[in-house]
Parts: sequence; structure tokens; C-alpha cells
Amino acid sequence: MIEVEGLTKEYGRFRAVDGLSFRVSPGEVLGFLGPNGAGKTTTMRIVAGFLPATSGRVLVCGSDIETQAVEAKRRIGYLPEGAPSYPEMTPRSFLEFIAEARGIAPSARKQRLDEVYQLLHLDRVLDQSIDTLSKGYRRRVGLAQAIVHDPEVLILDEPTDGLDPNQKHEVRELIGRMAKSKIIVISTHLLEEVEAVCNRAIIIARGKILADDTPRGLEARSRFYNAVSLKLADTALLAPARNAIDLLPEVAATELDEKSGRITAFPAPGKLPLAPINALAERQRWPLAELHLESGRLDEVFRSITGGATA
Amino acid sequence: MSGVAAVFKRELASYFATPIAYVFIVIFLVLAGVFTFFYGGFYETGQADLSAFFYWHPWLYLFLVPALSMRLWAEERKSGSIELLMTLPIETWQAVAGKYLAAWAFTAISVALTFPIWITVNYLGDPDNGVIVAAYFGSILMAGGFLAVGACISAATKNQVIAFILSVVACFILLAPGLGVVQQVLGGIAPQWLVDGIASLGFQEHFDYISKGVIDLRDLVYFALLIGAALYSNTIVLEMKKAD
Repeated sequence: MIEVEGLTKEYGRFRAVDGLSFRVSPGEVLGFLGPNGAGKTTTMRIVAGFLPATSGRVLVCGSDIETQAVEAKRRIGYLPEGAPSYPEMTPRSFLEFIAEARGIAPSARKQRLDEVYQLLHLDRVLDQSIDTLSKGYRRRVGLAQAIVHDPEVLILDEPTDGLDPNQKHEVRELIGRMAKSKIIVISTHLLEEVEAVCNRAIIIARGKILADDTPRGLEARSRFYNAVSLKLADTALLAPARNAIDLLPEVAATELDEKSGRITAFPAPGKLPLAPINALAERQRWPLAELHLESGRLDEVFRSITGGATA
Repeated sequence: MSGVAAVFKRELASYFATPIAYVFIVIFLVLAGVFTFFYGGFYETGQADLSAFFYWHPWLYLFLVPALSMRLWAEERKSGSIELLMTLPIETWQAVAGKYLAAWAFTAISVALTFPIWITVNYLGDPDNGVIVAAYFGSILMAGGFLAVGACISAATKNQVIAFILSVVACFILLAPGLGVVQQVLGGIAPQWLVDGIASLGFQEHFDYISKGVIDLRDLVYFALLIGAALYSNTIVLEMKKAD
């Protein structure tokens, strides 16, 4: 369990984090979303015990990150932003150092490290210095050091930044596999990542929580949620079709995109306009080129919640 | 203590993973030789001792130790690895001690590699080897003092050049009280007890005693206190400004 209460961080007069409170339980994969400069990294640094908070407190598995720092840090695996490491070291010597510093018994060390090498496919590059590795490998070395001690809590600041689509997929799989028993907090500005790995998302901007919901719950806030879009083969029919759809009680509003010739019908609150529109199209014998149900658009929700906020 | 040991091992290995170690050792040995033979008049004095060799050590350290200490923390800050180090389950003082001891051990290795001159002087004559051992001990102790000051300064910046320059200045201030010129100037304007007091604040006087084979508790306490105070400040500086 991570418990964050009234967390505030000030840099001089600038308030980077402003009274954040939330709890994360085992099994939760929490996505931290927000525009750049929203306070994501600062929050994660405080929770991981790197920065002291100006006020408020953080408990990690019952240990206060400031007063019982070593105890709390033992339970955390942390991937800092940009996955820093020691460039002159090899992944092998680097991870051995982490394992030793994290107090893994010498007898168990080799076996655990072999597991980690395998999990992150590091075997090929183990004896090459880290500064000669590609960005993807460096990121994986960073992930490896975060999971060496099989921590209860994983805090990952932009874990897939700079990875190619295959590597992103692999990292997300890995997070998914670890998710059942752990508390995972990841920050990202990739919305598809939230959909892929998180079961909870917190949106913050200017250091404040603006939304705290499941990714589905957030999607449901989108005006595109349950909206229907259609295209007609005959563009001359577009205007009358739009008028007809507008009159349906299930439809709150329609939009016509002139360029693509696509009509989008937004649902009235709590209504599902797909079936009525389909029925209407059949009755009127519209030459349908396309008809589909929209799902919520996370990026649109994100934009409307954060209001284009930038710090 | 496992935290100190882990950091110590990593740090010491990292010197030898890059050319830093070899460049440093070569420069140190060359300069030590140049000072001893050209400026120290090792042969001309006609004595079977290493005073010409040790005499220059404070001045050698003045520039070489800051070159070593400047990267200690500034580099961690610059590369961001400090974030990794400070989120490991170890106390800040353990990281400070581990890194410092590694740098000190490395300096001791460099100093130890001057052993051929010891062999030479034993070949040429019959020196008092007890004094030489004491002088080596004093030299390494003094290097430890310079290093601790440099480490503390390195913790305050992410710019290695700044760390270097400030460390040289700070180390010079610690050497200055022992300079003849400074003593003379002070002697003209201040009472003798004050002049002596100021001289005893500097490195030179304590190093001189030890390198003559006089191992006095006061000199040891001086270096121990100085190193302890510098490392304590190092820890506080890190705690205060980890991220910026």
C-alpha cells in the first residue's frame, strides 16, 4: 500500500505539487498522466524518497519515506526519468552493484540476476559498457535495476520512453505480468499505454489531481463515448441524412466533417443511438459506406480535463 | 556497512573502467619524479632519505587531488545517477563514505606506486625506513584531507570545472598558513602565538611533523577532524540539494 497525504512540494515560490492525496493498493497499476511540467516526476521522486516533500507525508507499506527511509526504499523499485545509470559500467557489473547495495544475499544473487537478465533479454549485451548500448537497451537496464530485488512497489517514470513498438509491447507485457502481486505506479504521456497496462489513472496538472478513475471510466467522460459515425456513398444525401439523425431523441448533436464526409452523432445523456440510426438508415435506404460505434477518446478527455494546461 | 562496501567497490572499479585511473597515475608519477629530481635536488643533497620527494607532495596534491575529487558528486549529479544512488536503501552517509574511501584508496594506490624511489634510496644508501613509512602514511593522510574537502565541494555543483577550481582554492587556503611568506608577513603584524596558531590550522605543519617520523596524536586528530567535518558537510550538502 502506498499512502500519500497532502503532499506538497515548493521550489522557492513555485508550487510543483499541490496537496496531492491518494492511495494505491496491491494489484493496482496506476497511470500518472499529465501535461509536461504537471508535477508527475516531482511526485514520483518524493514517493521514491529522492526528494523531501515541503509538507504532507508518504507511507510505503507502512514505512514513512522520510523518517524510515531505508525501510521504505527497500520495498521500492524505482526507474528514474531517463533511466540514468553509470555509463562506464557493463550491465552485468551495474546490476551486481545494485543487487549488493540492495542487500541481496551473495548466495541468491547469481540466480536472481540470471532471472532478471532473461526477463529483460539482456544476455547479449551483458559485457558491453552501458554507454555503447542503444536507448532501448539502456532503458531495459534501468528496468532491470528496478526489479532486481523483486520489490512490492514499482515506480516507473516513463518506462517505455524511447523504445520501439516491439520493445514497448514487451515492457508492457512485463508490467502486466508483475501487476498481480505488486503496486505499480507509472508515469507516461502516452495515452495508449494507460489503456494497455493501467487499471487506474490519475490525471494531474499544475500539481493537482483533476481526475482519478479507471481508464474506461475516463473514456466514458468523452463526448465520443457511444457516439456513432457514418459515411454515405452519395454525398448529396449527407445534409438531409444529418437533419434526420438530428431529430432522433437518442441524439444530442451531430457534426459533419466536410472533408471526409463523415457524420458523427453524439448521444443524448444515457442513450445509445447506434440502433435507432441503423434502423433509420435502413428505412431511408441510405447507401451506407461506413457505420460504426465510437469508443471514448482518452486524448480528448485528457485535453478537456487539463484544459490545455501547461506549466 | 554493506552499503558502504557496495558503493566503495563500484566506485573504485569505475576508476579503472575508464582511462582516468591510468592517466592520473602516470601524471602523478611523472610529476612526483620531476619535482623530486629537478626541483628537490634528490641527488645533489647527497642524503639517503626521501625528504626531497615528500617535500613536494602538498603542492602535487593541490592540483591532482581536486582533479580526482571534482567528479565524485558533480558527475553523479550531471548524469542523474545520483537519483539512483539516493533511492537505494542505504543512508546518505554510507554513499558519502563509500565514494570517499574509494577515491582515497585510489590515491593511496597512486602514492604506493612511487615505491621504486624507495627501492632506489635503499640501494644508494642506508635510509631510516621508519621515517619513510611515516612520511608515506602522512602523505596519504594529507591526500585524504584534500580529498574530503574536494568531495564536499563536488557535492555542491554539477559542473566539474567549477568543482575543480573551487577545490584548488580551498586546498590552497589550507596550505597557505604553512608558507614561509605567509608566516613572515603575519610575523610582522601579529603576535607569535597567533602566527603559530594559524600555522597549526594548515596542512603543512602537521604533514611536516609526520614526515619527519614524529607521529603525534595531535596531528592525527587534526586530519581526522578535518576529514570528518568535510564529509559531514558533504552529507548535509547532498541532503539539502539533491535534485538541483
